[in-house]
Amino acid sequence: MSQLQPNRSKAALNRFLPGLVGIAALSVLYWAGMNLELPGFLGKLTSPMLWRLLLQSTKETLWMVGVSVTLAVIGGLPLGVLLVTTTPGNVTESPLVYKVLTTVVNIGRSIPFIILLVAIIPFTRLVVGTSIGTTAAIVPLTVAAIPFVARIVESALKDVDKGVVEAAQAMGASPWQIIIKVLLPEALPTLVLGVTITAVNLIGYSAMAGAVGGGGLGDLAIRYGYQRFRGDVMLMTVVVLVLLVEVVQSLGDWAAETLNKK
Amino acid sequence: MIEIKNLTKVFTSNGNKIVALDDVSLTIKKGEIYGIIGLSGAGKSTLIRCINMLEKPDQGQIFIGGKEITALSGRQLRKERSKIGMIFQHFNLLSSRTVAGNVAFPLEIAGTPKAQIKERVNELLYLVGLADKANMYPAQLSGGQKQRVGIARALANNPEVLLCDEATSALDPQTTKSILALLQDINKRLGLTIVLITHEMEVVKEICDSVAVIDNGKIVENGPLVNVFAHPRTEAARRFIKGVIQIDLPEEVKEYHLRQVDDSKSAVIARLSFIGTSAGEPVVSSLVRHFDVDANILAGNIDHLKDVPFGTLVVELRAKNGGLDKALKYLAERGIEIEVFNDEPTSA
Ligand SMILES: Nc1ncnc2c1ncn2[C@@H]1O[C@H](COP(=O)(O)OP(=O)(O)OP(=O)(O)O)[C@@H](O)[C@H]1O
Ligand SMILES: [Mg+2]
Repeated sequence: MSQLQPNRSKAALNRFLPGLVGIAALSVLYWAGMNLELPGFLGKLTSPMLWRLLLQSTKETLWMVGVSVTLAVIGGLPLGVLLVTTTPGNVTESPLVYKVLTTVVNIGRSIPFIILLVAIIPFTRLVVGTSIGTTAAIVPLTVAAIPFVARIVESALKDVDKGVVEAAQAMGASPWQIIIKVLLPEALPTLVLGVTITAVNLIGYSAMAGAVGGGGLGDLAIRYGYQRFRGDVMLMTVVVLVLLVEVVQSLGDWAAETLNKK
Repeated sequence: MIEIKNLTKVFTSNGNKIVALDDVSLTIKKGEIYGIIGLSGAGKSTLIRCINMLEKPDQGQIFIGGKEITALSGRQLRKERSKIGMIFQHFNLLSSRTVAGNVAFPLEIAGTPKAQIKERVNELLYLVGLADKANMYPAQLSGGQKQRVGIARALANNPEVLLCDEATSALDPQTTKSILALLQDINKRLGLTIVLITHEMEVVKEICDSVAVIDNGKIVENGPLVNVFAHPRTEAARRFIKGVIQIDLPEEVKEYHLRQVDDSKSAVIARLSFIGTSAGEPVVSSLVRHFDVDANILAGNIDHLKDVPFGTLVVELRAKNGGLDKALKYLAERGIEIEVFNDEPTSA
């Protein structure tokens, strides 16, 4: 193991290199904007005004995505577990529960996000007291992500070696113990990858949150970059989004690989 | 210890009924190593999985230590299961846990206190010879080491019964030997009853006290290992035994010599089976000395069934003046099994 260590840290560096380079480049631009007055397009890219907008929107995106991913995992995980354990031949089999759950999940997943966003406005108002703003956008994002997470959890748990589950049963494990001590730990690396996919998807979905005044990077790109023909804003939002996805994905990959003992 | 009564299990797949177990009855004594051998699809796994109710039988009963396990369900069944160890062909270890974590698993399941778990895990890893691998993950172990972890895990809750489902089938012959030695050691030291299913006669021959042959869901033959080896009554049993010891006359020997034997009064070709102590005695030479008989050895081998020496010799005996009957009687008196080939020259 110990001989592998240098290789490992080298591999980790390689994995995070694009993200680190991107962050460094943005930091240089930010510093330049705060300290220098550059001419032409470079001046536009380093304008303090643009950076204030970018920082604000990035924060909004991170907030929306962070909270909705967390809530979606909290909601989707038990649902996904149930989808697995209620299938015939499984620890708490129940065809009826499975049928109901799978139908609900399918319906949830088939509604286009932009429609869901508008359709559940009354529900959003009920939950957070308002239907516009960043926090209000979290509700539809979460609702959209729960069935997605549920399916991801389902497929991750189904991948767990049947023999291992059987061994646990043979040792007298209860259904609950099998879920907590076998299925989830064994599926953890896959689950982490699944959560990463969810987060990346939600970064994309959150761009539509502007429709309910949610703000965020996507909203910035549409309002300034598209509607006001501000190429500099458009460019920088896209760069930040790309970087965000890059960082989230490489973190997720790294975590999954570290957790995977297979 | 284990009493299986009229066990029947029928699978239905795609509308077809498959009778995996057909009225199986067996008695497995406390402290013995019981082998169940059969071809692929014979129903071995189904049978052993019924013993801890991983598979629910359609009919019949199973008693373990007097308790009817087939009558249990839910919490009671889980409690009984924790007293039955099981090891698997593909080990079925948790890949996310270390060696120590895997061995600790059944103890956690049973609600053993943390400090006690640690102690017991160390003890078990020492027992299976993996004390230095405690913090490794299964992926870093060889097949034999994985099976040792499986064994340690199966023994964690001090079971009285250990079920082995093709426990050595994924291992090379050398590793198989060492795992079998470990099982035998455990059997002796802990007085554990071991049920072992396999399709390899080598395994049965090596460590089993008793054996049952299962064919098409039916037990066609069973009893003490030596008996089944010495008197296989069914084709299924003969097929397996043939794999490890030569019980049939080689074709060319048969053709040549049987042609020479014209009169079965004065000459026979016989297979002599020596079991136990008689395998060490110079029976043939004393036969020749005591009777007016010529013995021509055509084929032979000596083997061990568990700890019992087991030898077979194919001999051609020629005698004048009707001495043959007496000679054969002499052999029989010394506890030697005799099978005369002349009578059924086409037997294969
Ligand atoms: N879950 C199942 N559904 C349908 N049929 C099954 C099932 N399990 C086993 N069978 C059938 O029952 C019969 C006995 O299977 P079993 O697994 O007990 O055989 P086996 O003796 O263990 O074979 P092998 O040496 O290949 O493991 C086979 O015909 C098999 O196809
Ligand atoms: Mg099998």
